[in-house]
Amino acid sequence: MALQLAYFAWVRERMGCGEEQVEPPADVATASDLIAWLAARDDRGARAFAEPARIRVAIDGQMMGNDAALAGARDVALFPPVTGG
Amino acid sequence: MIRVVVQDAAIDFATETDRHDAGGHGATASFVGRVRGDDGVTQLFLEHHPQMTERGLADLAHAAADRWRLPALTLIHRVGAMAPGETIVLVLASSPHRAEALAACTFLIDRLKTDVMLWKRETLADGAARWVEPRTADQERAEGWD
Repeated sequence: MALQLAYFAWVRERMGCGEEQVEPPADVATASDLIAWLAARDDRGARAFAEPARIRVAIDGQMMGNDAALAGARDVALFPPVTGG
Repeated sequence: MIRVVVQDAAIDFATETDRHDAGGHGATASFVGRVRGDDGVTQLFLEHHPQMTERGLADLAHAAADRWRLPALTLIHRVGAMAPGETIVLVLASSPHRAEALAACTFLIDRLKTDVMLWKRETLADGAARWVEPRTADQERAEGWD
């Protein structure tokens, strides 16, 4: 399952890039699974995703809960809680 | 008419108000959010998502228009770098009567703080930068509209 990931704000800074394509293993079924997989993958992932509760998710342009399934997803954005206004 | 804009350029209140108010509505409520200069902040940077930020603002504008009678609604959010005192966000909501205009204006500013993909980064006088943390009070205000 190839996924196009996009990172924003301090997630982007800690990952050292704004986007990348990844091929997570088959047992990565939800956004939470993806966050845990990225955190375990390397040092930058460990820094960006050390606190999964502070990570928000959008799947194919829709804000979703972190328990959302990734089946059929193409684009996943991972970012901190928003602070506009 | 609903008008939603995400822009790098400065927001000009007079220009936007003239444009918004062309129809001569009974009541127009406005909210102008500016960059605070307290705490030694010298620059504010607003990061956004190339598509989802504008779509999120449009969704909120339509939610407000479903809830109140709003013949005119303007929602403009600035992105990129700005200095203390500059306008970050402008909300203009018009209705035949004041109660709906004021309620819609409050709804929009409360909800855009929690629902739209925007992130603030402050730069201080010594050059240090920090990402602004979400405030619990903002979350509670936004949830109050559910």
